[in-house]
Amino acid sequence: MADLTKGPRGAKPRKILSRRNIMLYGILFVISVYYLLPLYVMVVTSLKGMPEIRLGNIFSPPVEITFQPWVKAWAQACTGLNCDGLSRGFWNSVQITVPSVILSIAVAAVNGYALSLWKFRGAETFFAILIVGAFIPYQVMIYPIVIILREIGIYGTLWGLVLVHTIFGMPILTLLFRNYFSSVPEELFKAARVDGAGFWGIFLRIMVPMSLPIFVVALILQVTGIWNDFLFGVIYTRPDTYPMTVQLNNIVNSVQGVKEYNVNMAATLLTGLVPLIIYFISGKLFVRGIAAGAVKG
Amino acid sequence: MSTSPRPYRLLRNLNAKIASVPMILTALVIFVGGTAWTVFYSFTDSKLLPRLRFVGLDQYERLWSTGRWLTSIENLLIYGVLTLIFSLVIGFLLAVLLDQKIRFEDTFRTIFLYPFALSFIVTGLVWQWILNPEFGVQNVVRSLGFTEFVFDPLYDPDIVIYGVLIAGLWQGTGLIMCLMLAGLRGIDEDIWKAARIDGIPTWKTYIFIIIPMMRPVFVTTLVIIMSGIVKVYDLVVAQTGGGPGNASEVPAKYVYDFMFAAQNLGQGFAASTMMLLSVVIIVVPWAYLEFGGKRRG
Amino acid sequence: MHSISVRDLTLNFGSHAVLKTMNLDVAEGEFIVLLGPSGCGKSTLLNCIAGLLDISDGEIWIKGQNVTWAEPSERGIGMVFQSYALYPQMTVRGNLSFGLKNARMPKAEIESRVARAAKILQIEPLLDRKPGALSGGQRQRVAIGRALVRDVDVFLFDEPLSNLDAKLRAELRVEIKRLHSRLNNTMVYVTHDQIEALTLADRIAVMKGGVIQQLDAPQVIYNRPANLFVAGFIGSPAMNFLPGAVVDGGRSFRLGEHSIALEGYDGRAVDLPRAILGLRPEHIAIATDPRPGTSLPAVVELDEPMGADSLVWLKAAGQQMSVRVPVERRLEPGTPVYLHLDLPKASLFDAATEQRI
Repeated sequence: MADLTKGPRGAKPRKILSRRNIMLYGILFVISVYYLLPLYVMVVTSLKGMPEIRLGNIFSPPVEITFQPWVKAWAQACTGLNCDGLSRGFWNSVQITVPSVILSIAVAAVNGYALSLWKFRGAETFFAILIVGAFIPYQVMIYPIVIILREIGIYGTLWGLVLVHTIFGMPILTLLFRNYFSSVPEELFKAARVDGAGFWGIFLRIMVPMSLPIFVVALILQVTGIWNDFLFGVIYTRPDTYPMTVQLNNIVNSVQGVKEYNVNMAATLLTGLVPLIIYFISGKLFVRGIAAGAVKG
Repeated sequence: MSTSPRPYRLLRNLNAKIASVPMILTALVIFVGGTAWTVFYSFTDSKLLPRLRFVGLDQYERLWSTGRWLTSIENLLIYGVLTLIFSLVIGFLLAVLLDQKIRFEDTFRTIFLYPFALSFIVTGLVWQWILNPEFGVQNVVRSLGFTEFVFDPLYDPDIVIYGVLIAGLWQGTGLIMCLMLAGLRGIDEDIWKAARIDGIPTWKTYIFIIIPMMRPVFVTTLVIIMSGIVKVYDLVVAQTGGGPGNASEVPAKYVYDFMFAAQNLGQGFAASTMMLLSVVIIVVPWAYLEFGGKRRG
Repeated sequence: MHSISVRDLTLNFGSHAVLKTMNLDVAEGEFIVLLGPSGCGKSTLLNCIAGLLDISDGEIWIKGQNVTWAEPSERGIGMVFQSYALYPQMTVRGNLSFGLKNARMPKAEIESRVARAAKILQIEPLLDRKPGALSGGQRQRVAIGRALVRDVDVFLFDEPLSNLDAKLRAELRVEIKRLHSRLNNTMVYVTHDQIEALTLADRIAVMKGGVIQQLDAPQVIYNRPANLFVAGFIGSPAMNFLPGAVVDGGRSFRLGEHSIALEGYDGRAVDLPRAILGLRPEHIAIATDPRPGTSLPAVVELDEPMGADSLVWLKAAGQQMSVRVPVERRLEPGTPVYLHLDLPKASLFDAATEQRI
């Protein structure tokens, strides 16, 4: 994937206030407004009281700012089963995301390392199956996995979901690490072997310290991907261990009671906050991550 | 130092083989085994639990005579074709705009891409709110004086899928833009210089020189968009729940509902096998073009 | 006892044989250079000796031990690579001591060995820097140091100077030679650069297509190449080849209408209908008068002054030839001259087998 950090290649810029530039920046500004609008609407709605929402329009800023919807979304919102808010889903998501991210990256990194530097007969065949598997719709595999997890006895537990995330994260992450380790000069690997380092020694002492950027890319990819997952969460966990996305959907789309749009938007924003924060602080690395992870679709 | 005998083939490179066990298990058990299992059981009349009572193509006949499945296929086609066209066009145009040596390129890119960091659940819920006829865009326009204005896609079965499309494009075009931008930056700058010396207008350079040169980027992007389309599920669940009625059903949701809610596994298996088939139809020609051609040449 | 002994080594990549039943014995303290064009298998052979590639058949012995299936670190070798292959995140000291730490050597011993190697290579001030902060020449010194601290009898060099510029290359070449005379250990050195080969080697193994073409001392390789390939590969500019026939019971060489007496040539005296006479540019002199039997009429085409001497391109007997002459002599294109051939230094090859006669 080409590097976005290279300079732009379009036509040469002319005077700052040329007609072309006014057009260009005008168009970019209008499009930016369109892209930012939903975020803006989420924020202002979540800060209004319900009476104001019923009377006013969704684009107007709040007359009277209230944080009550946020408090309610976090601690009191009901899903029909219980009324302890999104905090439960948040902590479930943390409990799911942390081990899933660690396990999936560890497995894929070691795997990509073996595939790039310690090739053995047949390895490429399994890798090809793995990559082709990334294109198979999940729907084809979800039921057999239910059976496997039930047989192992972890169906419905957090560990079952962690395993599922590790499995489905494997193709793209293995590809990512394999390509990265393949770009490491082979002579470095040879030198380490002459120096008496073995499979794990070379991995832990030479390769891992050299590849921190790619680990960060994998980290960003996995944290956002797993945090945003809905399908696996709803299939492989039970209501009391639902991740945040599933719980959010249940809160907002529950048919009981009066709709509290401000609470809904606060809850939605809360759920989007983790990936958004990662996005805004990671910057260019995020772009690299999605370029690499785009295959996941 | 001692004379070591020639090791057994299986034990040579043992650590790499051990490290690849997760990959081998995933590839064989989940991707190959799971897929084969589902396809196999799609020829049975499994209900609540899978059972081996073969009914030939009955499940497929029922599937293709079920209105809900036909609706979901129709929706997928509309959503798919339009997503494909609009994401490619919008993504490419945005990339071209950002490639004009503009200032604040990073800022604009950040704005266009941030929706991609959000989950489909968050995307669906925020657009559900914006398109809410009582409070959203329709209400705002009416309050400006256009009292007869109607814009309620999520409540009109005929156009509900377009409402989903708006949200899907908002979430995904940033990614396409990034891929296209990377493609534009990957083109040799001398091409631009040559075109300028030949006096070719910028727009002509894009259409007749740059776009043909970006063919591989377009093909990859196409595959990414399409494999994403087949998997679309969370967005519909969050934004419309498949409604009104069954008007915004999609195949992935059909599969989930039949497997886990309607307790009709056989239907779910048949429907997911059809999804697999559609991916095969998309991916095989691409794989042939991408990899088959190289092998011949 | 040989220091390294390669016995019937064969290496196949799929159905393609990269090394074909190769045999090579290296004496203790000997400096062997593996020389050849890219793809000839020279680096592959070195990697097999190091244990970095699994061989298909044959045996490798180092210091009397069969190490065919031993790990690289167990073979008692040190290795220096073209790209230096320094561990980027470790300091120079860390790079030098990594192998020793892996061998669980006591700390004091590691320190003394690192200090000794750093002294020999004059890299003491660099010990606490990282490779990124070093120049190319310094990096290669560190890489040599990494082999040095292992205190082994066999050093393997894989094109160690190819990434350096010409000046540094000449400097480090001398340094490697000095290191060899000081340590007196066995060195196997892979290069495609014939100057390095000719200056460094005790013996050169010229390779092509996975086979050693000739294994001999540099002056033998240069003066008495075993076949056409070796003759053409060694020497710059390349040896002149004149196709013709050996006649008169091996006494003269027929080149078109010209006949050259093979006076003083030390090969076998047999007639050959298709033969090739090889003469290096410096074994031909340019004169205005003919010399009966050992000269050829020629016409000057181009004169290339090269500093110390000058290279003259001529046409003789329908062949293009190059001759090295002192630079004082300028020759105008079109000048008719006579080439005096130094036949005792010539080489004769059978055109069919390409072997020396």
